[in-house]
Amino acid sequence: MLTRLNALLFPHPLLTALLVIVWCLLINGLSLGTVVFGVILGILIPIATSVYWPDRPRVPRPSRLLAYAVIVIWDIILANVQVAMIVLFKPNSKMSPNWVPVPLDLRTPEAITMLAGTITLTPGTVSADLCDDGSALLVHALDAPDPDAVRDEIKHRYERRLKEIFE
Amino acid sequence: MLADILISACLLIGGFFTLVGSYGLIKLRGSMSRLHAPTKSSTLGVGSLLSASMIHSFAYGEGSLHELLIMAFLFATAPIAGNFIAKVHLHRQRGKPDLPPPPDDYAWSTYVKK
Repeated sequence: MLTRLNALLFPHPLLTALLVIVWCLLINGLSLGTVVFGVILGILIPIATSVYWPDRPRVPRPSRLLAYAVIVIWDIILANVQVAMIVLFKPNSKMSPNWVPVPLDLRTPEAITMLAGTITLTPGTVSADLCDDGSALLVHALDAPDPDAVRDEIKHRYERRLKEIFE
Repeated sequence: MLADILISACLLIGGFFTLVGSYGLIKLRGSMSRLHAPTKSSTLGVGSLLSASMIHSFAYGEGSLHELLIMAFLFATAPIAGNFIAKVHLHRQRGKPDLPPPPDDYAWSTYVKK
């Protein structure tokens, strides 16, 4: 009974939490009224939009998303410095831009989207295209003399963690 | 005093990376390489400028966390813009692609014949 009521009110608990947080940030303050209205929005919006996500993915370990975000932000900072050095000091003739195909173990569309977004945000790589059946990602690397190393790093550092979160 | 130093440092770092992003747009060769510069400066550059704004608001005003939202939306949308530019590049190369083939027998989805 209680679980059914729960499923009815919170069809998408993570979205509810996210909406409450975003609402409080938009108001730019924390008061009882803000939180209550945020919770009302957080209940109404997921119910109203539930038809748009019929096969939403289960997220078995949402707590690891936070650790993933920290790693990605740290990588963005480190790699930004590297790319700035490449842009400033490496002559174009010594640059070796390369296409890197990355075979995917992930199957959930949302997880692949997150991986592609992460690849684009971390400097030096841009995700350009997906394979026809979704089994590989086409990545462009700014300066990669060794494409295999780029592929292995993406697979090891990001895809493995996303697989733990989503699958 | 400490806040001022932090704000100045964040502004300088943000300005530096935004400048490097713009310089990269001129210096790099080829549309795919050029794509790297602007999609990057929007992450660390803008993130650092927004941090400066946040520190300033907490040190001298009421405190504001709107910047976190700006960063979140920017980080969610910047890769999509980059992906669209890459897609356009792939479409313009139709017929003479210099791409590595995907691991299986499938094609990259931009070049699939409908």
